[in-house]
Amino acid sequence: MARVVITGAGTINALAHDVPGTLAAFRSGRCGIGALELRDVERLSIRIGGQVHDWDPEAHFNRQQIVLYDRFTQFTLLAAREAIAQSGLDFDGRLGYEAGVVLGTAGGGLTTSDENYRAVYEEGKNRVHPLVVPKLMNNAAASHVSMAFNLKGPSFTVATACASSNHAMGQAFMMIRSGLTKVMVTGGSESMLCFGGIKAWEGLRVMSRDACRPFSANRNGMVQGEGAGIFVFEEYEHARARGAEILAEVVGFAMTSDAGDIVMPSMQGAARAISGALRDGRLNGEEVGYINAHGTGTAANDKTECAAVADVFGHHADKLMISSTKSMHGHLIGGTGAVELLACIMALREGVIAPTIGYEEFDPECALDVVPNEAREAKVEVVLSNAFAFGGMNAVLALRRV
Amino acid sequence: MAESVRDRVIAIIAEQAVLEPGDVKMESTLETLGIDSLGLVESIFAIEESFDITVPFNANEPDKSAFDISSVASIIAAVEGLVQAQKG
Repeated sequence: MARVVITGAGTINALAHDVPGTLAAFRSGRCGIGALELRDVERLSIRIGGQVHDWDPEAHFNRQQIVLYDRFTQFTLLAAREAIAQSGLDFDGRLGYEAGVVLGTAGGGLTTSDENYRAVYEEGKNRVHPLVVPKLMNNAAASHVSMAFNLKGPSFTVATACASSNHAMGQAFMMIRSGLTKVMVTGGSESMLCFGGIKAWEGLRVMSRDACRPFSANRNGMVQGEGAGIFVFEEYEHARARGAEILAEVVGFAMTSDAGDIVMPSMQGAARAISGALRDGRLNGEEVGYINAHGTGTAANDKTECAAVADVFGHHADKLMISSTKSMHGHLIGGTGAVELLACIMALREGVIAPTIGYEEFDPECALDVVPNEAREAKVEVVLSNAFAFGGMNAVLALRRV
Repeated sequence: MAESVRDRVIAIIAEQAVLEPGDVKMESTLETLGIDSLGLVESIFAIEESFDITVPFNANEPDKSAFDISSVASIIAAVEGLVQAQKG
C-alpha cells in the first residue's frame, strides 16, 4: 500500500483568510466568534457566529465567475489556491489524469437557495437567475476546483453533515493508498450563516446565544462558523521524488455508523471509529499525543466524546491532550474537520497544541486534559481528528509527524 | 382559560407520546410517557405554535431553563405562565 502525505494546506474561516493567520490565532487562543451580520438578523434568536468578515469576492474572482460561485464555492477556491500553491504541483500535464478532488459539505450553496427562495416566496418574483442550479448544487465547489486546476481523476462531494470533510479526506486517503490516484485535493467547506441556515438550527434548541465553551461544565451549545479547509494529499514517493515539503503523513482512517439515533451521539459508535483509525494506522494508543476533538460545546457531544476517548485509551486518556478549536472558529458543519486538521498539523510540525478557549468550569463528565484557554508547547508524534455527525456517522483520521 | 391551556398541552403531549389524552396524567414525566429529546423539542414547537408564545428552552441546559419540564403538571404551569406573560 502506498503512503500518503500532505503537501499543501489552505483555509479561510472566521479567524483568518489563510493558514498562517489561522495558526497564529490558534497559538494566541483568539476567538473569531462575534455578532452575526446578515439580512433579517433581528428575526433570529441566535445572533452569534464564526462569520468570515472583510470578504470581497471581487478581489479574487471576475464577474463571470462570481455569477457561478456561491459563497461556499468562493471559500473553497480561495483555500484550494493556497493549498495547491504551497504544494508546488502543476496538474496541466499527465498528473491531471492521476489527480482528483473529493470535498465535504453539508449544505452546499445554501446562500443561493436562501436568496432565491426569498425572491420567489417573499418578494413574489416569478423568475430567478438562470444559473441557480449549478450554483447551489453540493458538488459545485468540487467541480470548480477540478476546472480551475485541471483535476481529471475521481472527483465527487461527500455529505455526512458534521463529518463531511473527514469522510471526504478519508476517501482521498484511501484512493492514494490503494494506488487509484497520485494526488487528491480534499477537505471541505460550508457557508450556512444565512437567515434560513440559522433559523433551521434554532429549531433544534442546541445553539448557544453567547459562546462556544467545549468541555466546560457551563457550556450551553454550539456556535456555527463558515469557511473552508483544503489540503493536497500526495503519494509519499511522488512527493519525495520532487523534493516537496511534507506537512504530515496521513496514516489511518476509520468510519462507523451508530445505527442508533438521528441526533443523539453514541459512545460506542465514536469509540469504534477512534479505535478503528488506530488499527488502520497500526498505531498503539500510547503513541497518540493529541486529539482534535469534535467538541461541539453541546451537553450531549462533549460528554459522549470524552467517554469514548476514555474507553479507547484507558489510562493513556489522562496523558493525552484533547482540544476543540470550534471554540475559536465555530462549527463549520461540513467543513469543520478540514479547518480543524490545521490544528493537527500545527501540533505535529510546530509542537504547539491549540487550546480550547472559553473554558470556565470543570465538568467531571469531561475529565480529560482539554488544553484550557492557552496554547501549549508539546512534542507529539501522532494525532487524531474526530468528527461525529448527526445521523450517527463518524469519521476519524490519524496523522503522524514526518 | 386555565382548563383550556391544560387540555391543549395534554393533547400535544398525548399526540407526541402516541397515547389517548386520558392516559396522560398530571404526574406523568416525559420519560414515563416515552418522549425523547427530539419529541421534547417537537412538543415545545407545537406549544409555541398553538399558543403563539416563545418558550425559552435550551436542550443543553434544561435545568437552567425557567421552563420546567419535570412533569406534565409543571409543563402546564409553565405554559400558563408564559401565556399570561406574553399574551396577558
